[in-house]
Amino acid sequence: MEILEIFVTLGFWGALVRMATPLIFGTLGELICERAGVLNLGIEGIMTLGALVAWFWVYQGGDLWTAVLVAAAAGALFGLLHSVFSVYLGLSQHVTGIGITLLATSLSYFAYRMLLPDVTTPPKIEAFKPYPIPGLSELPYLGQVLFTQSPLTYLAFALVPVVAYGLYRTPLGLALRMVGENPMAVEAQGIDVHRLRTAAVMLGSAFMAVGGAFLTISVFDAFYIGMINGRGWICIALVIFASWRPGKALAGALLFAAFEALQIRVQQASSAFIPYQFFLMMPYVLSILAMIVMSRRAAYPKALLVPFRKGER
Amino acid sequence: MSDVDEAAPESAGAQSVLRLNGVTKRFGALTANDAVSLDLRSGEILALLGENGAGKTTLMSILFGHYVADEGSIEAFGRLLPPGKPKAAIAAGIGMVHQHFTLGENLSVLDNIVLGTEPLWAPRQQRAKARARVVELAEHFGLAVDPHRLVRDLSVGERQRVEILKALYRGARVLILDEPTAVLAPKEIETLFATLKTMVAEGLSIIFISHKLNEVMAIADRVAVLRQGKLVAELPVAGASKQSLAQAMVGRPVAPPVRHPLPPGEVVMQLAGLMLHGEAGQPLLEDLHLLLYGREILGIAGVSGNGQGALAALISGLRLPDGGSFDLLGAPVKQTSPLAMQRRGVGRIPEDRHAIGVVGDLSVEENLILEASGDPRFCTLGLLRGGVIRRHARALIERFDIRGADPTTTTRALSGGNMQKVILARVLSEKPRVILANQPTRGLDVGAAAKVQQLLFEACAEGAGIILISEDLEELLQISDRIAVLYRGHLSNPVPVEEASLTELGLLMSGHGEFEAYREGAGHAA
Repeated sequence: MEILEIFVTLGFWGALVRMATPLIFGTLGELICERAGVLNLGIEGIMTLGALVAWFWVYQGGDLWTAVLVAAAAGALFGLLHSVFSVYLGLSQHVTGIGITLLATSLSYFAYRMLLPDVTTPPKIEAFKPYPIPGLSELPYLGQVLFTQSPLTYLAFALVPVVAYGLYRTPLGLALRMVGENPMAVEAQGIDVHRLRTAAVMLGSAFMAVGGAFLTISVFDAFYIGMINGRGWICIALVIFASWRPGKALAGALLFAAFEALQIRVQQASSAFIPYQFFLMMPYVLSILAMIVMSRRAAYPKALLVPFRKGER
Repeated sequence: MSDVDEAAPESAGAQSVLRLNGVTKRFGALTANDAVSLDLRSGEILALLGENGAGKTTLMSILFGHYVADEGSIEAFGRLLPPGKPKAAIAAGIGMVHQHFTLGENLSVLDNIVLGTEPLWAPRQQRAKARARVVELAEHFGLAVDPHRLVRDLSVGERQRVEILKALYRGARVLILDEPTAVLAPKEIETLFATLKTMVAEGLSIIFISHKLNEVMAIADRVAVLRQGKLVAELPVAGASKQSLAQAMVGRPVAPPVRHPLPPGEVVMQLAGLMLHGEAGQPLLEDLHLLLYGREILGIAGVSGNGQGALAALISGLRLPDGGSFDLLGAPVKQTSPLAMQRRGVGRIPEDRHAIGVVGDLSVEENLILEASGDPRFCTLGLLRGGVIRRHARALIERFDIRGADPTTTTRALSGGNMQKVILARVLSEKPRVILANQPTRGLDVGAAAKVQQLLFEACAEGAGIILISEDLEELLQISDRIAVLYRGHLSNPVPVEEASLTELGLLMSGHGEFEAYREGAGHAA
């Protein structure tokens, strides 16, 4: 059967790893925010912003890695905006987050139109090339799937253990986890709750923006309207799927990317007799099922969504 | 912490480790602490006694740096403590265990303890070293708890041990415990007291905040009594009596509730061979037999979690039995409906007044008609009758002596005792035939508890049968007519209170006593 043949093609596995990359950035970013007790629904907009900023930097002749840093800075800035409202002023994290998404998305599209008023086809840029890691890329099968990828993909995979180490093995990570559980306990140790949460949201938002940047400066080589296409929302679901753990977040991102890579190929393989919309739907249905199974015992951070105000008990 | 450690030699019995000099704290017009001066000596347990709102917690919060005093100063180990700095208090060797724990539930015990003890930017934690230290402290002071378990899997008693370990880990030489027994079962209180005794034997000093006289008499060396922000008494426990302390706390002699014994009336409620299962099919109540007569108070003793919740749910109409019979005033109960149960004459005083007893954000008058809002007295054609409701509320506030309340006061603003009076007013004004009183005096001070007991006596005299669920054996022995023990869903045979002994009940509560087979009407005083 043709569908089974998909699994033995290296193209499928390579695509899976590539498609997982923005999800890994986004999910890790959201995970850091939520571990500190702040839901960041601005993710969809921050990814769009990151995509635009990085693309434009390169389009203007900037360096690719600098573009990644600029996108991260832009993401952190919008994270700061989210914190001002949801952390310092203690407003609803849902409302603020949606506001950030609407603002960042619209601002990106507006800026794009203003910058390139007369262009009909989005201009291409000189993007990241797959970088075969010397030696490792020579390995049979694995070399082509894992070690002939964009440098940003390597970065995403490398960040997973880095974030896990940071959260579970450093005093700062402990304080960050605690601030999402019981901010009073952190305050009682003389650590500033608001600053800690803001720092976490800014760092997480920077991750999200890099996830968006990956799409423009590593995959599509151009900026399109609507190109994030719900990836941010998927990341929010993946954080729950992952029970707020970096390792599981990687697994979740890979799983979803597998569904996504599979549906494109199944669409082509089964051509006429099943409507293509069915396949478009498939990753989402499968992730809902996976979430139902995985998140039943999820231990969500106890102070998630709860603003902290000094002096209140 | 190093110099502080040396500053507390174990030999100096009468040396002062902590001194409060004329501490005054005002919140607007309210003076929470009025020129309080106190001395804590090395190796003693000082009880800070006072009713709710007397200023105990405020005083300790100033000591620990959560608040800044308006006047006065604090010295720890002979050195002035800078005001408003919890870190300075910790560094000076003061540890505080708050009434509401500050723990992260999804983190391990070890994580909770070491938080904030290492520099924030250190590249890695010294986990092995920290664990060894925690295990050593835990063994030394008898605070058994596994450092790797998650706090959410711990019992309340274990969580408290984690809080104490947190303070000890930071090198505390003075430990402040704010109402530490409020959340503990009797067995856990014993364990805690044993730990505290070990600690003072090691030269630590403890301030024990409480409003429970029995506990203060049992554990403290000296007692300081606060009333309305003022220090009104300071004396060794050896020279104090319960009566004198109660009087100092309340400021007037406390009249114990009076009861005129009346012969029991007819059977108002009957449970026979009753079974109730939990969601997972585990038995919550098994083969339960119970006869409740009018004009009697039947006390249900037991450590919480042994079926009290299930029994309360059953009588409240939240659950139907899975087997056996449940008769109310001679007719069987056939449907699950709290409203129907209430209409049939069941009054409920729920366990957690804040969570389910009242709606905190509604006014007192609204809470007073909460269970009768559809009643024609208060409602015509689907519209509430504001004037009637207001008059109803005024009458009940007057009759039940609900202080600090007028009909439009937000209920959340009331003290625990007055909130409980709102619930009692709502329930008792409907003249129920069966009253379920689940921990009605928990967390109340002496005066308020006496008032609640008095009200229950009055309802009883009017013919109601009362099921009194309590963890407080002394209270049960004091006000019940008969007492039964609930252990793992089994109810012991009720015995008349005159025949009940503390030891026997204690054994039954820990499952060591004999649960005799049920005999019809056995053990009734009549």
